Parts: sequence; structure tokens; C-alpha cells
Amino acid sequence: MAEISTEMSTERGTENKLPEKVLQAINVVKSYGEGDTKVLAVNEVSFVVERGEFVALVGPSGSGKTTMLAMLAGLLSPTEGEIQIAGQNLTTMKEAEKTRFRGRAIGFAFQSNNLVPYLNALENVQLMLRLNGKLDKKGKERARELLTRLGLEGRLKNLPGQLSGGQQQRVAIARALVHDPEVVLADEPTASLDTERAFQVVATFAELIHEQGRAGVMVTHDLRMCRYVDRVVQMSDGRISRIISDRAEIDALAASGIH
Amino acid sequence: MAFYLAFKEMWNNRARFLLIALIVALITTLVLFIAALAEGLGSGNREFIQKLDAELLVYQDNVDLSIASSRLGRSKLIQIRRVPGVAAVGQIATSNSTILLPNDEEPLDVALLGVEPGAPGEPPVLAGEPLGRSRANEVIIDQRVVDRTGLQVGETLTLKSIQGTEEKLFDLLVVGRSDGRGFSLQPTLIVPYLTWDKIRPRGSGEISNNNEFISNLVAVKLIDPATLRQVGELLENQVSGVQAVDRKTAYESTPGYSAQQSTLDTQRYFTLFIGILVVGGFFQIQTLQKVAQIGMLKAIGTSTATIALSAIAQIVAINAIGVAIGAVGSLLLSLSFPPTLPIVFTGSSVISAVALLLIVGPLGGMVSVWLLLRVEPLTALGLAQ
Repeated sequence: MAEISTEMSTERGTENKLPEKVLQAINVVKSYGEGDTKVLAVNEVSFVVERGEFVALVGPSGSGKTTMLAMLAGLLSPTEGEIQIAGQNLTTMKEAEKTRFRGRAIGFAFQSNNLVPYLNALENVQLMLRLNGKLDKKGKERARELLTRLGLEGRLKNLPGQLSGGQQQRVAIARALVHDPEVVLADEPTASLDTERAFQVVATFAELIHEQGRAGVMVTHDLRMCRYVDRVVQMSDGRISRIISDRAEIDALAASGIH
Repeated sequence: MAFYLAFKEMWNNRARFLLIALIVALITTLVLFIAALAEGLGSGNREFIQKLDAELLVYQDNVDLSIASSRLGRSKLIQIRRVPGVAAVGQIATSNSTILLPNDEEPLDVALLGVEPGAPGEPPVLAGEPLGRSRANEVIIDQRVVDRTGLQVGETLTLKSIQGTEEKLFDLLVVGRSDGRGFSLQPTLIVPYLTWDKIRPRGSGEISNNNEFISNLVAVKLIDPATLRQVGELLENQVSGVQAVDRKTAYESTPGYSAQQSTLDTQRYFTLFIGILVVGGFFQIQTLQKVAQIGMLKAIGTSTATIALSAIAQIVAINAIGVAIGAVGSLLLSLSFPPTLPIVFTGSSVISAVALLLIVGPLGGMVSVWLLLRVEPLTALGLAQ
């Protein structure tokens, strides 16, 4: 894969002196129902993701990791607690404000239906620039460079239907990063990929997050993907059961396989 | 952004969108043809009365404004003329007859109208001369007769009338040609009233009223058209046994006219309703098919307004393309129709039908916009509240 330009690396490198704690979840609770029927999907969850850090949110089905991700993205409001991104409190924002904020400060890669089917790979990536009014010459060049970096230089004009699952996910990664977001969120980005492609995709994702100094959070049930992250937040029954920051422990967890 | 997404999606799925545009085009064609048929049949019925150079039409009282039943003698005409506010009056007598055509062509049934030369009731001629004398064997033919027979000013036509039990032929000199003056869905011959009385079909025992010329209607031209209501009331008060109405009331009272028009209007509105359902159904299915994609767009920061505007732009554009194809296609198709078909595209009827289609088409699509507004961005994560 071609190297991304020096200009881009310098501009968005980890040397920026912006606040270190890019994403903060503070005592976040999400409950459904009331009284006897009350269900706590997320219970008193707090963690921080720093600039240039890639965190995996893992846990079995129903552990609350996707609900947590939805709250981090501002797609779901916590019942209690606070979510802060780049110093801005997401929980107090109105819906329209949150939508604008998502477009500006958050990059997404979803499990499926990631791309707009009638836009080609380049246009899908440029969509985020278009949303933010940054589709200038420089932005267009950056979109091309990212796709080239992700090995898709020959697929720029291909529609999503003409791309493999791995290629689609790489386009989604480029789209998640192209507009200089503060935070990059990924929901099971490897769920539909074979092992080899899954490793490739997450490795590239991690590389770009580190290189560009983003705060990344990936929800995954596949513990093998943890080998590329800096920290693992394990959830169980809506709570954080464990936070693993030690490299050796993370690698040991990754070696244990699928959750 | 909204228009970009709308255009890209339409272009990428152009076959699908073209298909729905063609369905809209067919609906447009149907609506336009029904409108044209309504106009054609309507004008064939009302044209003569509608274009009369008279503000009031006087009928015999208690005939339910039936032209065929109304009988007004010459004496009534004289009384009507004396009513203050009346500028001119003219008797109009109606009947049916048949023009015999050369070369074994099918005879043409026509309305035979007797009018007073130079009085209200005689149409202006576009070619030739107006009627001369009351007894002259002269005729003004309307454009509908010209379209069907090719007769020209200066030629002679042969009219066949059954009088008593005898079939009689009359030769009339075509002295003038008027614009379309359809009466009772027939082409029209306008002859001097005494000539009319001589050549019209009649039964053998038909009563002659002391040789007084009997007409069906009296056309009244007013000094001031704005005094229509007052003069009408005055006329009914001063002349016994008559009823005076304006032209619109007169032609709307023609037997079958209102029923025919309301039937065609019902068909037209029902077709528009089908159009709304078709456009609405298409866009609704399309929206349901892309709920996940819309959720994703909202999740990545696309505002609901942008997504809704994109959908509205598509609905309006597809509808407009369909209506344009339908309108142009209908007008081109109509060029191939023979003049005998009662299908008339008028500027106003086409514009009103097209405007209505442009408005009601998107109405159906509004349901899909409402669905779009309800899609939660959470669906992008496979969650929904």
C-alpha cells in the first residue's frame, strides 16, 4: 500500500497539543422500562480514550457493548451519566446539534450497510467531506490518498456492489477518517469478513488511528482482533468487568479467540 | 447535498426510476385524454350557446330549460325586445337534418339551426358572407362541417329532410364559414329562420300557429352586459310564460351535459387518485428497502432535512419527467386523430390537468417522506428504540 503524504501525517500527527482525553464516558447508565420490568443495559460505565489510542470494547452478546457504542456516538441518550468528546458534553446536546456534531467529530465504520450503494468508493469517502463543506481540492486529494493507502487505488470508481466485503470495509474506514474526526467508532467491522481480511482491515484501521492521532473505539466479539488495540474494555451484563492495558495480557486475550 | 444524493441515486437506478416515470406518463396520458374527451364532448354540446353574441337566453317557462321542448312565438320576441336594457333579440330554432355527400360518402347528420340574419344567434363568419335574406337558400357552415365534409364557401350542399312521410332534398348555397359551433354533439348548419321553417324535418300533422314563426329560444343582447341579472328578472316579469337565463346556465341544462361532464370528471379524478397511489406506493416501497441505508446516513451526520429534501426532489423530478413525457406524448398522439373524434386539447384544460398532476403526484410520495423522517439512526447499529 502506498504511503500517505507527509503533509497529512504532520498535520494530523500525534504531536498535536490538543486535550489528551478525547473521549470520556462518565458513570453512564442506560436502562429500559420501570419498576419490576426495568432492565439495565449499561450500568455505571466509565472509561477514557486518549488521543492516538485504539480501544476494543468486547464482551458476550447482551453485555451492553453495542448500546455503549450507540451512546458514545450520540445515537442513544444515556439514562444517567455523561459522554464527552473533545470536551463537549454529548448528553446535553439537542438532536440536530448531535447530528451535526456526529458529522463533524465522529467517524463511523459499521458492521454492514456501511456504504451508500449508488455512490462509488471515492464518492462514498468524499461524502463526509461534502457533509462538512470540506470537499475542496485538498479534501478530494486526501480521499484519494486514503483509498490508495488502503489498497483501493484501482477501485475508486467502483460501486459498493462491485467490491468485496473487505474492500467495502476499507472504504468505510477511509470514510471514517477522511474528515479529521476526533473519534472513530467501529461496530463489529470484521463480522462479515474472513479471518485474513479481518486482520488486514483492523490492522490498517489501527495503523491509521495511531498515525493520525484519533481516538478509536471498536466493538468486537472477535477477541483475536484485540492484538491491534492498545486497551481492551471487557463488558459483562452491562458493566465493565475488566480493563486490560498490559500488552502481554492483551495478546494473551487475543490468542484466546472468539468471545 | 440533498440534490446530489437525489441525482446520484436516480442516475444509478435510472431504469427503475424511468419505469415509474413511464407509469406516471401513462397516467398523465389517461388524465389528459379524459380531460380532452370531456372538453370535446362538452364543447360539442355547448359550443353554439357558449359562443353566442348574447348575454341572455329566453326559454318558454316550465320546460325545465329544455331547448327541444321550448316554444316561443314571434309575438314573444316583440315583447322581449321592448324590455328596458335589451339591445337586440334574435330567434333561434333548432332541428336536425342530414347532408348528402357525393361519391357514396356516408351522409352527415347535422344540427340545423334557424336564425335571424344580422340578429343575435347568427355566428360571425370567418370566410364568406353573413346570411342575407330571411328566405334565401343560404347556409353558414361551421368548422366542424368543414372538417367532416371538406365543403367550402361558394359550394352547394344538399340537405335531406323528412317532411311528412316524404324525403325531400334541398340545395343550399354555402355563403359563409364560422368557427366550431357544435350543437347537441353535431356539426352545425345555420340558415335564415324562414328557410329553416321551410326545409326542416316535420311531421305531417304538425300544427301551424297562425303562420307565426315558432322558435325554441330567443337570444337577447343587452345594452350593458353587467345588468344581466336585473334585465333577466325584468324580462320574466314583463313577458309572461318565459324564463331567462345566462349562457352558462343554458348549456349546463342541456340534457345529459352535466351528467356526462361529471362522469368524465369522476374518471379523471379517479385516475389522479390512482396516480397518487402508484407514485406513493413506489416511493414507499423504495423507502422501506433502504431503511438501513437511511439509518447509516443519519448516523454519520446527515440531517433529516437533507434526507427528506433528497426524497422530495426525487419524487418531484420523477413526477415532472413522467408528466412531461405523458403530456408531449399525448399531444403528439392527438395529431394523428381524425377531426371526427370528440377529443379536444385546449391550452387551459392541458395546463390545468398538468398542474394538477404535478401537484397530486408528489402528494402520494409524502407518505414515504414521513417514513424517512421516522427512521432512527440507531438502525445503522442494528438497534432501534
